[in-house]
Amino acid sequence: MSIFDLPSYVGSSFPGLIATQLEVSLGAVAAGLVLALPIGQACARWPKLYPPVLSVATVAYSIPSLAFFVLLIAYTGLTETTVLIPLMIYSLVLLIPGVVDGVRAVPPEVRLSADAMGFGPARRYLQVELPIAVPAIMASVRIAAVSSISLMSVGGVIGNYGGFGDLVSWGLHENKIRLIWLAIASLAVLAMLCDGALLLLQRTLTPWSRGRSGRKRAAQ
Amino acid sequence: MISFVQVSKRFPDGTVAVDGLTLTAPDGAITVLVGPSGCGKTTSLRMVNRLIEPTDGKILIDGVDVAGRPAAELRRSIGYVIQHAGLFPHRTVVDNIATVPVLLGASRRDARNRARELMELVELDPALATRYPHQLSGGQQQRVGVARALAADPPVLLMDEPFSAVDPIVRKNLQEQFLRIQSEVGKTILFVTHDIDEAVKLGDRIAVLREGGILAQYDTPQQLLAHPADEFVENFLGLDRGVRRLSFFSAEAVPLLTEPVVGPGVAPDQTAPWTLHVDADRRPRGWSASGAAEGTDLISIGHTFEPAADSLRAALDAAVLSPTGWAVAVDADGRVVGVASQESIAAAIRSAHDIEALDKSSGRETDGPPTRFADATRPVR
Repeated sequence: MSIFDLPSYVGSSFPGLIATQLEVSLGAVAAGLVLALPIGQACARWPKLYPPVLSVATVAYSIPSLAFFVLLIAYTGLTETTVLIPLMIYSLVLLIPGVVDGVRAVPPEVRLSADAMGFGPARRYLQVELPIAVPAIMASVRIAAVSSISLMSVGGVIGNYGGFGDLVSWGLHENKIRLIWLAIASLAVLAMLCDGALLLLQRTLTPWSRGRSGRKRAAQ
Repeated sequence: MISFVQVSKRFPDGTVAVDGLTLTAPDGAITVLVGPSGCGKTTSLRMVNRLIEPTDGKILIDGVDVAGRPAAELRRSIGYVIQHAGLFPHRTVVDNIATVPVLLGASRRDARNRARELMELVELDPALATRYPHQLSGGQQQRVGVARALAADPPVLLMDEPFSAVDPIVRKNLQEQFLRIQSEVGKTILFVTHDIDEAVKLGDRIAVLREGGILAQYDTPQQLLAHPADEFVENFLGLDRGVRRLSFFSAEAVPLLTEPVVGPGVAPDQTAPWTLHVDADRRPRGWSASGAAEGTDLISIGHTFEPAADSLRAALDAAVLSPTGWAVAVDADGRVVGVASQESIAAAIRSAHDIEALDKSSGRETDGPPTRFADATRPVR
């Protein structure tokens, strides 16, 4: 028997757990990013908006996930969505500052020259501002992904929606320490692999930022 | 031709940046807007491509009101160069230059080919094409900025202190290269600077603005230096405007003496206070004082001037810096053609001014672009 073989009562295979874990935790970060992009852009544009938005995100982050689940079960039932929504909301506290930093990293003279060359607002955003913001945004996405992978485990308490968190629940329930260790090790390895993959993605997306120290180098 | 007609700009906070500006920047010439900070020069420039909208008045390019043209389309037809170049950090040099052609619908391939031509024009090493801006020096970035502005071959170029952020040596190179490029492309250029030396060096016409966005004087550089309209302009031009104006007079008229120049093996003429020794190739070796013993060390000559190409300013500078007070004149190959004393240069300056005054009184003054002579100081070869 391999260490990756799971008892039948777990109701899922090891690869099955990996799939659920990645689908829900990374899905939550992706959904969070879709929300954070316009919110962050607005906060960078109107700086007065930023502190209240950040407070709301922080308060949301402090709501215990169990409470969130209970509230959501009434609407979304015992589904993956019930686990995904809180994770998405938690990711905002990391992603919004990432987007704001990214937008602020666009040098004013770059924005000015884009305007002066005849970029429209949409084209300027997609072809100039967003690409320049990628390194800062990706830095926050990496932290959000790792934190989401670990936070998701709590999903185990509402049924089979916690990925490796399910394994922890079963280990406690059936008094099987092996399952708990397996869950912990798997989560750690998965988080590291995800982080590495995202780093690789960022390098591919931003070949220009390699070996770049600071915004300005000495004039000559 | 760019015409400002009674243009004013009042910002929402009440500041008046530009006040009733009326001037016309002629075709194919460099018109410089110069003045202290807060004089509205940058605001004036940005109103041409509608980055800022005027509160009053209108701006015409070749008779067409810019306010009537869609902003994006208008901007694609106007080149724009700024202080820190504003290059896109995420695009390679060649793609930065290709930006506007791509916006105008050129294929990426054609746009890149065009970009490579422009790199040649601004003397950038083709090997830099695939580098990113942060891998370039400040001077190289600024060249990319100029190339990018010229990529779509716009008739009009707006330049906002493009050479201010680089060190003086690089700035001088960029300015000289810019004049060379302009002599090839002949764009209608509006150029903003706070540096009066740069304005005099580059401008065919200079508009001096004062605080509050009021036009103090609009003239050719010679006229500006010779006849400042008021005390403000005079102060702005600085104390050495007289010397600076000598840039516009050729050193050709300076009388040269050849007697004090002696080749190898020739005895010095004892009547002149100084003797210039040259080698067999007539290159300067150094000065000796009259009556100095044979074999004493020669006194170094400082720098030389070339009467055919240089200005009176260069000749005067050579004389002032010379340990003997005599300037050494050379030909294009660096061979000595004669020497000139400070007194004879001063006489040449006086007669140049007299001729100019005569031209003026007989109405022979031209309005064309100024003739410039080099102020360059030549190292001893």
